[in-house]
Amino acid sequence: MRSTAGSTAPTGTRPEPEGRIRRFTTAERLVHRATGYLMLLCLVTAACLYIGPLALLVGRRHLMVTVHEWSGILLPLPFLLGLLSPAFRADLRRLNRFAVYDRQWLRAVRRRRKSPEARPAGKFNAGQKLYAGWIAGAVLVMMFTGLLMWFMGLLPFISRTSAIFVHDILAWAITFVLIGHMRRALEDPEARLGMRTGYVSRSWADRQHSRWLREERETVE
Amino acid sequence: MAEKPKPRTGGAPVGRRAMLGMLGAGAAGLAAAPYLQRGWEGFLAKASEVDATGLTGLLPNPGGFRYYSVVGSVPHKDATNYELRIDGLVNRPKTYTLDELRAMPQTRVVHDVLCTDGWRVDDTPFEGVKLADILDAAGVRSPSAAVRFTCFDGAYTESLTLEQARRSDVLVALNMQDKPITHAHGGPVRLYVAPMYFYKSAKWLSGISVTDKVVPGYWEERGYAVDGWLDGADRDAA
Repeated sequence: MRSTAGSTAPTGTRPEPEGRIRRFTTAERLVHRATGYLMLLCLVTAACLYIGPLALLVGRRHLMVTVHEWSGILLPLPFLLGLLSPAFRADLRRLNRFAVYDRQWLRAVRRRRKSPEARPAGKFNAGQKLYAGWIAGAVLVMMFTGLLMWFMGLLPFISRTSAIFVHDILAWAITFVLIGHMRRALEDPEARLGMRTGYVSRSWADRQHSRWLREERETVE
Repeated sequence: MAEKPKPRTGGAPVGRRAMLGMLGAGAAGLAAAPYLQRGWEGFLAKASEVDATGLTGLLPNPGGFRYYSVVGSVPHKDATNYELRIDGLVNRPKTYTLDELRAMPQTRVVHDVLCTDGWRVDDTPFEGVKLADILDAAGVRSPSAAVRFTCFDGAYTESLTLEQARRSDVLVALNMQDKPITHAHGGPVRLYVAPMYFYKSAKWLSGISVTDKVVPGYWEERGYAVDGWLDGADRDAA
């Protein structure tokens, strides 16, 4: 393992802890945390409205509806505020673009090859890229169908029943995808540390995101 | 060293495609929902017959009733302590016990139950006393125009115009699906307003008060229509 000072790290002028690489800025971590809490609030209140035994236990339907509606409406707000941060915008560009090795990563997943060498990745791997794009779309569809339910008769040609049907099915899809997202995080303490502190170890970066630091160097030079 | 390195912009915008793909799927889902839903309900009806776990109840539009309450907990009442009070603009205010209600002539109404939240239970039989009979027994004074309902959960209220309240498909219901109404379904006594959305059918009914004008109910103060007619309801039926 190479040892290192922070001089090759990609972003920021701030001095870095010994051997640590800056992965996320404070702004990015705040966006993630705020989005996460809002999503959790959304899902918990949804469960209290939707799942019979929980509804029996909690009741208070109007309160649950209000919290659900507002946590849902506010869900994109951290993202929009995050757009003010250059680091956040740069990461959005990274998440958007697929490199050649991303397809290799997906092939490795299909063949159930788990070694890091078989799954090359930049700052974000192909799975993270697909997840980010999908969840962004899913949240927008949830907001749209949610608003149709909230303001009845907003678009008379779409029945409230149809909006509810899509909202319900997608809610379950999001639930399962989020469980997957959290399981991935639970399996990787260093990734969680990266989201919590902003820094990861160089060895982790080289192993899990083998193309990341190399690409950063190439871009900077 | 650059302050903010630009990542290479090459490569297909797969993230954007994933997002647009999801938006497209959402739009297609909305367009196809009426058809998908019919198939889905048919499938679930079959699945729930063989489902011992009750898990099908968690799926979208599972069929069957869902529990809604606007308060944290609702007291349980039975024949020993249940009372239904009728007062307001009537000549003979009265308090009924459960046994007294059971001793009155019973009417059976079979109708689809529809919630504004999309779930429905087709052809559900309700039995109970016609609200019109209770109003007649109390002697409605004129002029009066509406009926206000209160519930022993301590919060829920509902309303009907006097004309609506006198319809023969509006019951003070004691039985549902040929069994005494359970607490979770609003028992021992709930309102059943067959031609309207189910929020009009107040659960845990404890008070009927004749008023000189319509007083909007709980959800009606929170944006719901005061007249909760179902699509296709015969609004002029007696």
